[in-house]
Amino acid sequence: MNETTGTPGPDRVASAEQIGLSAREAAAIPPPEAARLAPRAAPPRDVASWARKIDRLEVDPREGVRGTNVAGRRLTGPVQGFGKMWQKTYRMNAGPDITPEQAIATWREHFPEFWPKGNRFAGALTGINPGDVALLDLAIGGGVKLSTGVFVLYADAESFTLMTPQGHMFAGWITFSAERSGDATMVQAQVLMRANDPLYEVSMVVAGHRKEDKFWTATLTALGQRLGVADPAVEVRSTCVDSRRQWRHTSNIWHNSMVRSVLQTLTFRRGVNAQPSG
Amino acid sequence: MSTPAISMDVRRVGEKTAVVDIKGEVTAACEPVLMSAYEAAGGSATSRLVLNFGGLEYMNSGGIGMLVTLLVRANRQHQQLAAYGLSEHYREIFELTRLDEAITIYDSEESALNGAVR
Repeated sequence: MNETTGTPGPDRVASAEQIGLSAREAAAIPPPEAARLAPRAAPPRDVASWARKIDRLEVDPREGVRGTNVAGRRLTGPVQGFGKMWQKTYRMNAGPDITPEQAIATWREHFPEFWPKGNRFAGALTGINPGDVALLDLAIGGGVKLSTGVFVLYADAESFTLMTPQGHMFAGWITFSAERSGDATMVQAQVLMRANDPLYEVSMVVAGHRKEDKFWTATLTALGQRLGVADPAVEVRSTCVDSRRQWRHTSNIWHNSMVRSVLQTLTFRRGVNAQPSG
Repeated sequence: MSTPAISMDVRRVGEKTAVVDIKGEVTAACEPVLMSAYEAAGGSATSRLVLNFGGLEYMNSGGIGMLVTLLVRANRQHQQLAAYGLSEHYREIFELTRLDEAITIYDSEESALNGAVR
């Protein structure tokens, strides 16, 4: 117990009035000292879980990925996307023996290891932390990798959220979470998204949604196996939250990372072929 | 799912405007509470819905997702969404997630009701 203030906790600071200073004495204290002594509202407990505000993404080169189409891009949420808005939920029963905190800690620490083969997630070595930018190379067929990235928007002991940049297949965020439901822990990935531009919207309808379902089902299955689940079963639920397309965001196509990745691959191959042999 | 630690009281201000006073923790778990408040705010009869975040104590990313869902419903009814009472921390989260491009943020209830530029 703090004797001066009568409140528990060593960090609680007493106001000038509480420690018996007159108004004139308090006014005479230099401003920084006065500010230190003044009572302050405690910051919300989620402060450390949120990334700090940024305007554009900055990235460091990472080994094993091309790392293009991310630096200088802005983040995009469902408000900035073009296509229909979808909420897609992938849910798995992780059994009674694992706690939500254990499941999320494992997921945050080993996130790239659960990705399906052929896709690369190059994040910070320390795992998933608010404000991190990860670079992605995603297999899209024909030997082409789609280079893009994600930003860690939020992370706490029971959930974390990734947000996408301009040019990504979709504008939105993916929240990974775990919670106790009855005797078991349920683990889920939930995507709230709109395709970023008209080209992606068509791609999503043709094959993108199916590919995405396969991707996250495989990821959750791999996580389940790591958590010791004998036969992981993933339930998939898709809901169209808004069937309207946002035509005012058609120009997002300028940033399309799929188109840019194809051009970057062709440019790279032409450069390799143009080099004199021998 | 745990019981949400939240209350959302609805006040009508004039014929077409409603204010929702949000107190407590905004997470995905409080979606039923928010949607009930939305219904109580008058549904399609209301043209402007003002969210008062002065009592907001905690918000996670699930809470932000829930606000996007509310935004979709409001847009469908051609309603405007506005917010005030956000601390600097939560205002930055609205800016980071770019939710502020769809939900206009004001400094006070008066300016939010009038739709004045902040």
